[in-house]
Amino acid sequence: MFLELGRISIEEIEWGRKTSIEGKVLRINRKELIEKARGGDPRITAVQAEITRPGESARIIPIKDVIEPRVKVEGNGGIFPGLISGVETVGSGRTHVLGGCSVVTAGQIVGFQEGMIDMSGPGARYTSFSKLLNVVLVIEVKDGISRHEHEEAIRLAGLRAAVYLGEAGRTVKPAEVDRYEVRGPFWSSAGGSDLPKVAYVCMLLSQGLLHDTYLYGRDVKTILPTLIVPTEAMDGAIVSGNCVSACDKNTTYHHQNNPIIEELFRREGVDLHFVGTVVTNTNVTLKDKQRSSDYTAKLVELLGPDGVIISKEGFGNPDADVMMNCAKIEEKGITTVLITDEFAGIDGGSQSLADTSPKANAVVSTGNANEPISLPPMDRIIGDIRVAEKVAGGISGGLSRDGGITAELQVIVGSTNELGFEPLSSREV
Amino acid sequence: MGNRLRVVHYLNQFFGQIGGEDKADTEPLKRDGAVGPGVLFQGIFGQEAEIVGTVMCGDNYFNERTEAAKEAVLAMIEGYRPDLLLAGPAFNAGRYGMACGAICEEVTGRLEIPAVTGMFPENPGVESYRKSVYIVETKASSVGMRDAARKMALLAVKLARGEPLGFPEEEGYLPRGIRRNFFGSERGATRAVEMLLRKMKGDAFVTEYPMPAFDRVDPVPAIGNLGEVTLALITSGGIVPRGNPDHVESSSASKYGRYDIRGVERLSPDSYETAHGGYDPTYANEDPHRVLPLDVVRDLEREGAIGELYPYYYATVGNGTSVAKARGFAQEIAKDLVRDGVKAVIISST
Repeated sequence: MFLELGRISIEEIEWGRKTSIEGKVLRINRKELIEKARGGDPRITAVQAEITRPGESARIIPIKDVIEPRVKVEGNGGIFPGLISGVETVGSGRTHVLGGCSVVTAGQIVGFQEGMIDMSGPGARYTSFSKLLNVVLVIEVKDGISRHEHEEAIRLAGLRAAVYLGEAGRTVKPAEVDRYEVRGPFWSSAGGSDLPKVAYVCMLLSQGLLHDTYLYGRDVKTILPTLIVPTEAMDGAIVSGNCVSACDKNTTYHHQNNPIIEELFRREGVDLHFVGTVVTNTNVTLKDKQRSSDYTAKLVELLGPDGVIISKEGFGNPDADVMMNCAKIEEKGITTVLITDEFAGIDGGSQSLADTSPKANAVVSTGNANEPISLPPMDRIIGDIRVAEKVAGGISGGLSRDGGITAELQVIVGSTNELGFEPLSSREV
Repeated sequence: MGNRLRVVHYLNQFFGQIGGEDKADTEPLKRDGAVGPGVLFQGIFGQEAEIVGTVMCGDNYFNERTEAAKEAVLAMIEGYRPDLLLAGPAFNAGRYGMACGAICEEVTGRLEIPAVTGMFPENPGVESYRKSVYIVETKASSVGMRDAARKMALLAVKLARGEPLGFPEEEGYLPRGIRRNFFGSERGATRAVEMLLRKMKGDAFVTEYPMPAFDRVDPVPAIGNLGEVTLALITSGGIVPRGNPDHVESSSASKYGRYDIRGVERLSPDSYETAHGGYDPTYANEDPHRVLPLDVVRDLEREGAIGELYPYYYATVGNGTSVAKARGFAQEIAKDLVRDGVKAVIISST
């Protein structure tokens, strides 16, 4: 089984008459984009569409999700199965990617754990999304609808917009084609190779209360850990419904471009054999944590790897899940490496995690999310700057009259991403 | 020369050339210019900085009358209007290390100027002050003076000039337990795969977040019948005989007490109190049983529910006391208890 990703490089976005790609320019019919994003959802009262460019003095706040436009060209199913397209299994055939751009959903705050992207200045360095051409949808919903309805309306609108833009790439000849070949866990042993076998455990946040993730449209709170083919993630099988802290939520874009999956494919047959991916949830009750970590360890054992990378989402409560996963997999004699961010306090002086295990002796830190950052005013604000003190990581009094913000790094989308998407780390000084 | 940094140097009685242990009670005093090791520091500073004054205090004086000593020393330092403070180096001298740490902490906090000291990693001053003070790592004794002075001087000048500091191993100071962000050369996912490849191969790897060392203890099986058992009481809530005869510190305890309770039926507030500085002591002092339940245990003893109460109880203060210290106390106490056949212990905290 294989998936080809045809990468179309987008270097400019303009509003135009017809949504289409000419060379490296994506032209978008703004009205049609807005209409497609709304998709007749009666909960949505208004959608405004804006473009932000790398280096621009622009700030987007509060952000719910970031999504990469893709289109399924060959093979089963469509992008975002179970939510936008049918539930057919994806991950094979050919998919075109509009590289270098994204859809960002913003507008009225849903919870309080949504964040921001600065397109320039010191904040830009902390998130790869500042390096993208972003089509920002500022979406307003009806008064009086529940937060859950609000979240869902915006989530689906963003996905519809990304699918609509992706469609423009259907017949375009990609600049590059990457081929990802997936083999079963037993293939490598048949080949007589002595390269180490590596599996991947992807923890998805599923705490309810706007902290949810969807797998083929199914709320992962309700699943038992399961196996997926890593190319399924590339076709949008995993979608973020999270209004958790911006810094370490895995947006839909992160799932589509999971850097661990990319890295394991890149080294396949060179340093290692990539034998499989387990997705598990991160629920709130102890029983769920015990059940899911037992089940995860069992699935990992069946894959027969020598080592496992465990990625995480969120902090605090999920620290217990990651430690259980780590300890139970290590107890089976399988080597682990965890990726986590830290909450070491504003001064960096506190213990970083809420739970620990002596088995967790190989940890990649993606940074202390509490570290304060000063962000200068931006000329252009997309969304609502007034929530800057309200979002998780915002500091009371942190929004100055000129629009400058002092806050914890936590407020920046993807800054301490626990899939290891960014180069940030933290260490003792 | 307007830009030349003004430096004050803090020394104990020994390095201040006042005298040895017999002079450890010396009250704070000052001398203009460099004294003792200060001459070496001045040589390293050259034109960059000038030691304008040296403040000295006996180690016993400082540690026994800490608050008064701190105030006096601070006032003398402030009088020189310095740009930075050097203290020590104290090498492995415990009381000197505690004094250097305390003064550096006061100076950075209250005078808002940088301060640098130097210690051997096992000096108790390191454990107490490494989070708030820059402590350059030194050898255990003054054979390491030259190297320590060079590192301290360079670090101090950087701090005073507001220059960005490198990582601890580059600058020579002991890590302060503070996490600081930096941009790695590879993204996290790449680092994770690299680390996993090394770990699988059995090659050396460095975790980016060492787990805080929690000592988890597996509970022993339940005793069942307590009727024959000798039970002991231990508390980290600071209940001590009135007057605190062992001077158990109110925080960061360096010791514990062992107190005879043969024939003691009740802990009266006239005879017992708490030495703990980390909680409101009103209620413990009103009725010490709120922290150390001797009354209930005596009742149980009378009723035959337990065999007997061990004739001593142990008390320390758990207020900021380091895990390493607490572990040491426990090892000593456990030795007594095992030797004397104690089978059960109730440990009360606050």
